[in-house]
Amino acid sequence: MELIKLFNAMPGALAQGLIWGIMAIGVYITYKILDIADLTVDGTLCTGGAVCVVAIMNGCNVFVALLLAMIAGALAGLVTGLLHTLMGIPAILAGILTQLGLWSVNLVAILGKANQAISVDKYELLVSLRWVKGVPLLQNTIFVVAIFVVVIIALLYWFFGTELGCALRATGSNGQMARAQGINTDRNKVLGLMLSNALVALSGALLSQYQGFADVSMGRGAIVIGLAAVIIGEVLVGWVCRNFAFQLACVAIGSIVYYLVIQVVLWLGLDSNYLKLLSAVVVAIFLAVPYWKSKMHVKPKRKSEKGVKDHA
Amino acid sequence: MLELNNIRKVFNAGTVNEKVALNDLNLYLEEGDFVTVIGGNGAGKSTMLNAVAGAFALDGGSVVIDGVDVTRLPEYKRAKYIGRVFQDPMTGTAATMNIEENLALAARRGKPRGLGWGITRTERSQCREKLKQLGLGLENRMTSKVGLLSGGQRQALTLLMASLQKPKILLLDEHTAALDPKTAARVLELSDEIVEKNNLTTIMVTHNMRDAIAHGNRLVMLHDGHVVLDISGEEKKKLTVEDLLSKFSATSGEEFASDRALLA
Repeated sequence: MELIKLFNAMPGALAQGLIWGIMAIGVYITYKILDIADLTVDGTLCTGGAVCVVAIMNGCNVFVALLLAMIAGALAGLVTGLLHTLMGIPAILAGILTQLGLWSVNLVAILGKANQAISVDKYELLVSLRWVKGVPLLQNTIFVVAIFVVVIIALLYWFFGTELGCALRATGSNGQMARAQGINTDRNKVLGLMLSNALVALSGALLSQYQGFADVSMGRGAIVIGLAAVIIGEVLVGWVCRNFAFQLACVAIGSIVYYLVIQVVLWLGLDSNYLKLLSAVVVAIFLAVPYWKSKMHVKPKRKSEKGVKDHA
Repeated sequence: MLELNNIRKVFNAGTVNEKVALNDLNLYLEEGDFVTVIGGNGAGKSTMLNAVAGAFALDGGSVVIDGVDVTRLPEYKRAKYIGRVFQDPMTGTAATMNIEENLALAARRGKPRGLGWGITRTERSQCREKLKQLGLGLENRMTSKVGLLSGGQRQALTLLMASLQKPKILLLDEHTAALDPKTAARVLELSDEIVEKNNLTTIMVTHNMRDAIAHGNRLVMLHDGHVVLDISGEEKKKLTVEDLLSKFSATSGEEFASDRALLA
């Protein structure tokens, strides 16, 4: 096995990790802050990519295309949010329904076919897999996406410190308490889902430019990658500092680590078709560990709780 | 200040588990009233508080707070008028947020929330002052996550939060039931202090007859979803647990069926 091959693949993995990191930050908002596992993202990622590609092909400025992608993502989040809050469908099922619906929307209404290429030679794109090394810094995809990540983290740090952001956090932390403090928890859930999916769509838009095409199945399993990034980041570096901005940075780091590891595994000769299985297994194990840990701690606690009840 | 007019709530209507939790209940509170509520299990005590708070839609009747009919307002909109402390210490605070953030959330109860800072510098120092008055040393732990606090500390914090924005009605739902006796006594003391200082109109549900007699200016007993006993003024001051038990069996025709109330 040639080490140089692995070494050459690393900048690409880093760029991909950063792009998926934006999606993972979106997942963090729903999964960690709102306490909802939002499966919409599998569809939204592709929606973002598709809208961006089609917009650019129709002569849109690349930044306008990114904005349109984010709006499309927010709308997808809105649909999931309304299915959940207005129609009383459990959040996880609401996400699945939107995701399924989005597949048709992406295929027929936006792309018109399963795969739409967009050449970096013909259009002015922001990022591309050709620009991960050997180009000026300002054009370097890793640099450009890193700027995106930093700006997003800064904006989210600010937002979750505002009254509205605090209300959103309270909604996820304790809905009953939030309502008792006059917070419209339904509205906040919808808002959180929209914000999250807008970021996921932005990630999809950058990804489609990066790989030079939008594909109807590009979002398959995205939620698992997002969760993997969140969990890996938390386990590897999350314990260092509880600062919120740092926690978001950890998510991006988790995503980068995920892609670097994937690169190594591929370099070791794993058939790339096994990647999804590998991702699923990794996420399952990482999710199980805290549960097993808590189970070990709960046993003595249960006894003491019972004791209190007997006294009262 | 508070009017409950013929409020009615039926759970599991039309099934074998049908339960008339509130049976055309009427209750009127004057401003500054501190009403303690007792009753056996399933008498409708907590359901009554939840009806005031808007946790569910009523099957009949109306709830009027300070002249405003809130019957159709959702829980979060009524919160403007209501401060609440729950039975479970976990319910009243956000465990993953820190003490000052919880207080800042409570300080904005009933106000629009925009993009201003979630907590300001002046609020921080105000919070510190208020926490000092609790006498629990929480003013030195303002950035600790509330999840790290004990049940008693959390209830004390919830009480403070409920009174930060002066509520029209303060609802205390067996808020000391999950605490050990010593902590429970301290939290009750705090409740009295806060109610008195802010002249709050209060409803306190309790399982403990002694507490019900010792606190407040009025005592109400519920049975089968309506008020069977309403004692205030001098009569309440002279009340004993034995009186209550005999009055209970006289009005309801059965023995008071709560071990917890008898033993306490």
